Amino acid sequence: MSKIHEAFAKAKTENRAALIAYLPAGYPSEAGAVECIAAMVEGGVDIVEIGFPYSDPVMDGPTIQAAVDISLKNGTKSATVIETVRQVAAFGVPALVMSYWNPIERYGVTKFAADFHAAGGAGVITPDLTPEEAGEWVTATSNEDVDRVFLVALSSSDERISKVSGVTTGFVYAGAVMGVTGARTSVSDAVQGLVEKVRRHSDLPVAVGLGVSTPEQANEIAQYADGVIVGSAFVSAIERGGAAAAKELAVSLTKGLGKS
Amino acid sequence: MAALDEVDEAFRKAMVDPSFLAQLKDLQVNYTGRPSPITVAERFSEHAGGATILLKREDLNHTGSHKINNVLGQGLLAQRMGKKRVIAETGAGQHGVATATVAALLGLECVVYMGEEDTKRQALNVARMKLLGAEVIPVTIGSRTLKDAINEAMRDWVANVDTTHYLLGTVAGPAPFPEMVRDFHRIIGDEAREQMLTRFGKLPDAVAACVGGGSNAIGIFTAFIPDAGVRLVGLEAGGDGIETGRHASTIVGGAVGVLHGARSYIMQDEDGQTIESHSISAGLDYPSVGPEHAYLADLGRAEYRSVTDVEAMDAFKLLCETEGIIPAIETAHALAGALTLGKELGEGALILVNLSGRGDKDVETAAKWFGISL
Ligand SMILES: Cc1ncc(COP(=O)(O)O)c(C=O)c1O
Repeated sequence: MSKIHEAFAKAKTENRAALIAYLPAGYPSEAGAVECIAAMVEGGVDIVEIGFPYSDPVMDGPTIQAAVDISLKNGTKSATVIETVRQVAAFGVPALVMSYWNPIERYGVTKFAADFHAAGGAGVITPDLTPEEAGEWVTATSNEDVDRVFLVALSSSDERISKVSGVTTGFVYAGAVMGVTGARTSVSDAVQGLVEKVRRHSDLPVAVGLGVSTPEQANEIAQYADGVIVGSAFVSAIERGGAAAAKELAVSLTKGLGKS
Repeated sequence: MAALDEVDEAFRKAMVDPSFLAQLKDLQVNYTGRPSPITVAERFSEHAGGATILLKREDLNHTGSHKINNVLGQGLLAQRMGKKRVIAETGAGQHGVATATVAALLGLECVVYMGEEDTKRQALNVARMKLLGAEVIPVTIGSRTLKDAINEAMRDWVANVDTTHYLLGTVAGPAPFPEMVRDFHRIIGDEAREQMLTRFGKLPDAVAACVGGGSNAIGIFTAFIPDAGVRLVGLEAGGDGIETGRHASTIVGGAVGVLHGARSYIMQDEDGQTIESHSISAGLDYPSVGPEHAYLADLGRAEYRSVTDVEAMDAFKLLCETEGIIPAIETAHALAGALTLGKELGEGALILVNLSGRGDKDVETAAKWFGISL
């Protein structure tokens, strides 16, 4: 079983959803990101998504855009991302990278999969890579035992979901809103329908993200999904109160993960 | 993405629907003023090594550039899809003005994203968009130019796709945009090819156009692609010169990658981060180029060259003073390229230049460049 599937299985035996947290590498600084992630893991995060900062994050809202901008201005490079993976993997949680496609392609698809695996990385989320374009990526990640995560959206057809499920190995990432990342006050009811639709095509865990920021929202999602993904809210917490605030948010979110 | 599938389907249906084509044709003739004429630039040609330069006058279109061709097509399409709101990105402001125009014409709500840097360089066009009833949102993230305006428009679109059509302004972006925008612009080359044959009895030796995203260039190239004897030359913005790194010559000086959902040449660093492009002309200041130009370049069917700010501004002044036509600074890059090409091709050669836009919007920039006080 892959590290990612072990983490979901563990949460399941505890009758709860897994908590998946996102933070861009290099934010608030290279060492600061690792320190914050350590605190988040202490606070109960099961799986970590490390963002690969990119100059044109079209799927991200203002909070993550600003964090990524700071990270790039801090001088974050591909090597920084790999090094962050190495340090986070040592915390004993699955470390994923979330990356727009161009930085991976520029790094070299095969080399990225190999270096990521060597650093102890568990899986890679590629939000702007379509299954149709993923041939080389599927080969490279399969050779290195790196899990692949693709996204589905509220607008995805059955045909699209089936294609996405066909190339996904880690978990299916279900986008909860029509739009970019960023905290929202409510999670759309339609998400449950999306998760159920995914389950008709796939036995993989399904995690819900985009817009989740509170234990109440996490609890709503935990009733029908296997994982809850939180990003912008962690970035905002760190902006306010650093690693301590990130840990506090993680602790409070874990209270919402139980299945009733 | 479901939104792209919806546009794709609507586009394909429309292009074989006689009522859509008739509606578009009517607007092209009675609103835009098509066909645009070809002007023989006699005095300008005296500086072109014996070649004769012909100008396809897209500057005479309503709103002053080729951009109207695409917005009429996509505006009608938005209407057919039942969208009440259109959004657009703009660099020079020409596409924003064209979109605001078609939105006013068709009664659609219009929001235009424009890099903050560009709102300053192109203040006149910002005012025009506002007069036409559009909302202009300055983009303050990233390099604050065209690419960032595209990012913001894409974010708006995914959040509001039920009500909104993203009226993308060039042959870049995800499918079907490159193909759709090409098809709405190919009328430039279709007309020009016909005009060449009826008026000059032959095809040109070369066709030249400036290339930002690449819409005016693909518009004039497409009809000539099967004519192997016609050279197709795209002129990219060379800014301060390729060697300085401060340029927007994506094909000449970039590398293959993915930006805004299209695989093409892009300006990027060793980590795959987009590098800011530089050009005196806001409309060419885009760090990628339409994928079809990448394809034509790789095939060798079209060639791409780089023209510096200085070369473009020299050609700008020359056209003003020899022909009484103030071109857009974007277009001036094509004119500079044509002068060089004329010297290479020599006596008797016919070079057709796409005069993609007029320079009213650039008067302030040009006045500053030439030291004319306002
Ligand atoms: C007059 C004119 N020509 C050319 C361009 C460049 O765009 P494209 O390469 O898509 O034709 C612009 C863009 O704003 C423009 O205004």
